[in-house]
Amino acid sequence: MVETGLTQIWVYLSTSPLLGLTATLVAYGLAHRLYVWANSNPLLNPVITTIGMLIVFLLLTGTSYEEYFEGGQFIHFLLGPATVALAVPLYEQLSRLRAVWIPVLVALLAGVIVGALSSMAIAWIFGASPETILSLAPKSVTAPVAMGISDAIGGLPSLTAVLVVVTGIIGALLGTKLFELLRIGDDGVKGIAMGVSAHGIGTARAFQVSPMMGAFSGLAMALSAFATAVLLPGMIDLVRAIFPGWLS
Amino acid sequence: MHFLNGITILLVYQLVGEVTVRLFGLTIPGPVLGMILLFVTLIIRGHVGQSLDASTSALLGHLSLLFVPAGVGMMVYFSRIMNEWLPIAMALVLSTVLTMVVTALTMLGIQRLAARRSRDNG
Repeated sequence: MVETGLTQIWVYLSTSPLLGLTATLVAYGLAHRLYVWANSNPLLNPVITTIGMLIVFLLLTGTSYEEYFEGGQFIHFLLGPATVALAVPLYEQLSRLRAVWIPVLVALLAGVIVGALSSMAIAWIFGASPETILSLAPKSVTAPVAMGISDAIGGLPSLTAVLVVVTGIIGALLGTKLFELLRIGDDGVKGIAMGVSAHGIGTARAFQVSPMMGAFSGLAMALSAFATAVLLPGMIDLVRAIFPGWLS
Repeated sequence: MHFLNGITILLVYQLVGEVTVRLFGLTIPGPVLGMILLFVTLIIRGHVGQSLDASTSALLGHLSLLFVPAGVGMMVYFSRIMNEWLPIAMALVLSTVLTMVVTALTMLGIQRLAARRSRDNG
C-alpha cells in the first residue's frame, strides 16, 4: 500500500517543475556550504559539485534531463537578464579603465583571439569532433555569454557551460603560480590576464589576492565577453574560408 | 518595488537586444547586445539607479547558480566527453595557460613601450 502511494507521489513529482527547481536550489545550497567550509578551494567550486550531485540524483532516480529541465528552466531563464546586468559592474569600473585603456584593450584583443583560436587548434590536433571544437571556442567567457555564443556558432551550449566552469577552475588554480614563474608583480596586469582567460571563477580567485587584481579581473571579464561575442563568429567564418570543409 | 523596477529594466534591454539581433540577422547573442545598450545608457545617464543596483546585485551575487541547469545537460553528452577527454583536457589546460601568458606579456610590453616613449619625449 505504502509502495503504491510513494509511486503515485513520484509520478506526480517527476512531471512537475517543482522537483527540478527545488533539487537545484537544495544541491546548490549544500555545495555552497561545502565550498565555504573548505576555505573557497577552487577544486570544490560550487557549480561543479552542484552539477555532480544533480546528475547522480537524476541517474539514481531514473529521471531524464528533459524532465529535470521542466523545473531547471526557471533558473536557466535568468541567464539573459544576468548578462544584461553585467553592464553595471562594467560601468562602475569605467574610471579605472580610463587611465590604462590602451594597454588593456590591446592585451584584451590579443588574449581573446589567442584564447579562442588556440583552444580550437589544440582540440583539432588531438582529434576532437567539430561540435566539440566549436563548443570549446568560447571557453574563457563568462557562462551566460559563452552559451549564447556557442549556440550562435553551432556548438553545444550545455557542453560549453561545463567547459567554461572547468576553464575557470584551471585558471584559478594555475594563475598565481604562473604569474610568479613569469615574475609579474603588477596586480593590474595579473587581473587583466586572469579575467580574460578565466572569467568569473578567476575573478573570484583574483579578489582573494587583492581588491585591485579583482577589480581589473572583473573589468577584463566583462570586456572580453563583449569582444568575444562580437569577434568570434567572424573568426570562425574566416577559419572556415581558409580551411574549406573543416568545422561543418 | 525597487527589485521589480530593476528587473523590468533588465528584461526590457534584453528584449530590445533579442529583437534587434533577429531583425538584422546579427550573430552576437541578444542579451550581449542588451548589455552593450545598457552600458551606453549608463554612460549617458551618468549613474546607476537604486533599483537597477538592487536587482543587479541580486542576480550577479549568485551568478554561478544560473548555469547549473545547463551544466547538468552535460549528462546528455557523457559518451562524447568520454570519447574526447584527451583533446578537451589538452585544449582547456594549454589554451588557458597560453591565453594568460599572452595577455599578461602583451599588456606589460605595451606599458613598457609607452613608458619609454614618454621618457624619451620628456
